[in-house]
Amino acid sequence: MTGAAYNEALSDASLISCSHCDLLQRLPQLSPGGSARCPRCDKELWRRRDDSLNRTLALALGAALLYVVANAVPMLGLTIVGRSASTTVLGGVQTLWQDGQGMVAALVLFTVVIAPALQIGLMLGIVAGALRASPPRWVGKLLRHYPTTRTWSMIEVMMLGVLIALVKIADYATVIPGVALFVLGALVFVLAAMQAGFDAREVWEKIEWADGTRHMRPRGPLPKGTA
Amino acid sequence: MGGRDSAYEAAGTAAKGDGVSPGAADATPFPTAMQEGLHSCEVCGLLSRPAPGEEEGRCPRCDEELVFRKRASIQRTWAFLIAAAVCYVPANLLPVLSTTTATGTETDTILQGVILLWSPTGWPLSLIVLVASIMIPSAKILALGYLLVSAQRGSVQNSRQRVRLYRMVEFIGRWSMVDVFVDTFTAALIQLQPLMSVSPAPGLLFFAAVVVLTMLAVESFDPRLIWDATIPKEVVYG
Repeated sequence: MTGAAYNEALSDASLISCSHCDLLQRLPQLSPGGSARCPRCDKELWRRRDDSLNRTLALALGAALLYVVANAVPMLGLTIVGRSASTTVLGGVQTLWQDGQGMVAALVLFTVVIAPALQIGLMLGIVAGALRASPPRWVGKLLRHYPTTRTWSMIEVMMLGVLIALVKIADYATVIPGVALFVLGALVFVLAAMQAGFDAREVWEKIEWADGTRHMRPRGPLPKGTA
Repeated sequence: MGGRDSAYEAAGTAAKGDGVSPGAADATPFPTAMQEGLHSCEVCGLLSRPAPGEEEGRCPRCDEELVFRKRASIQRTWAFLIAAAVCYVPANLLPVLSTTTATGTETDTILQGVILLWSPTGWPLSLIVLVASIMIPSAKILALGYLLVSAQRGSVQNSRQRVRLYRMVEFIGRWSMVDVFVDTFTAALIQLQPLMSVSPAPGLLFFAAVVVLTMLAVESFDPRLIWDATIPKEVVYG
C-alpha cells in the first residue's frame, strides 16, 4: 500500500478506543473467560479466551472436514409418483444458473460455498501461523480479511431456508433429508464454537508489526525512548 | 509522550467477570480518540498517533490506512440505502418463484409464499418467512434512515439506544437471505418435467439485492458518528 506514513504507536499498549463510540479507555487485564465492555455504549471490547489457539485449531480442522463432506454428498431428495430427484448444495446454484438467474446463483455460491471455505481456510492459516514462536506478518494479512468472510458466510441461514423448503415440498412429495443436511447442521455449531473461542486480540498482540519496529510487543508501558 | 497517556485513565472500563464496576454516567464529558488526535485501527484495534498536522495515517501494526471516521460514511450509507429502498418495490411486487404443471404456470410473490406456507402445522415457518423476508428488510431500511438522519442533525439524544439499534440491524440483517435459500432449493429439487417444475422468477434478484445492499449500508455506517455530536465543535480534530 502506498500513501500516508506510519503512525506512532502509544507507549501504553493497553489504551484503546471503543469501536462503536470512540471513547478512550484502558483495557483491564482479564482472566480467561472474562470480558470488558465499554462503559458508555456497552460494546464488548474484549473477551479473553482460555487456550484459544489450540481450541480454535481443533474446531477449524473439524469444520474443514465437515465442509468437504457437506459439499460432496446429496442434501435433499424427494420421490413423487415413482419419480425421484436429489440435489446437493452446488446443485441449487446450478439450477439458478440454468434458469438465467446468474447474479443470484453467484450470490448463493459465494455465501454458502466460497465464503465458508475462505472462513475456515483463513482461520486455519491464522491459527497455524499464530502458534509459531514469532508469528510472521502474513498472519495479520489473513486476519484482516477474516471478518469479511465471516459476515458473508451464511451456512446457518441456508440451513433454515432448506428446512422451510423441505416443509413446503412435503405437501406435494415425500422428502428425504440427505446426509449433507445433518453434516451441515453439525457444521453450523462447529463454526459458531470456532468463532466464539477465537481471540483476535491475542493474535494481534503477538504479530510482527507492519512498520518493522516491533515484534512480540509486551503489554503495558515500554521503557521510555523505545516507543 | 508518556506523560499524556495517563490522563486518559479517567474513563474506566467496565469489566464483567473481573469485578470492576461500570464507569461514570452518560453526563460526564468523555474524551474520544478523535478529540485527542488519535487514530483507532478498525482492523486490529491499535490506537496510534498520526504525524503532527496529518489527518491520515497508516497503522504501524497491521498496515491499514487510518482516518478518524470511515470515509464519506453518511453519503455511502445513504447511497446503499436508497438503492435498497428502490429494489424493495420490485422485490415485493414481482414474483420470486414460478411453478409449471400440466395445467399451466403459476407465479408467487414473497407474500403469496408466506400465505401458501400458512397451515395448521406450517404456521411457525410461515411466520419465520414473514419476519425474515418482509418485516426485517423494511425495519432495516427505516432503522438505517433514522440513524442517518439523527446523525446528520447532530442529535445528542438516545445515543445509547441508537447504537443498540445499529447493533441489532447489523446482527439480524443476514437472516433476510433465508427466502433466497428457500426459493433456490425449492427450485433445485422440483425439476420433474413435465409433471411439475419450479424455477426462480425475476423478483428474486431484486429481493437478494435488497439484502446485500442493506448489509453494505450497515458496513458503511460509522456508529461513532452517533456520538460525535456530543463533542464541542471546536475540539474536533483538535
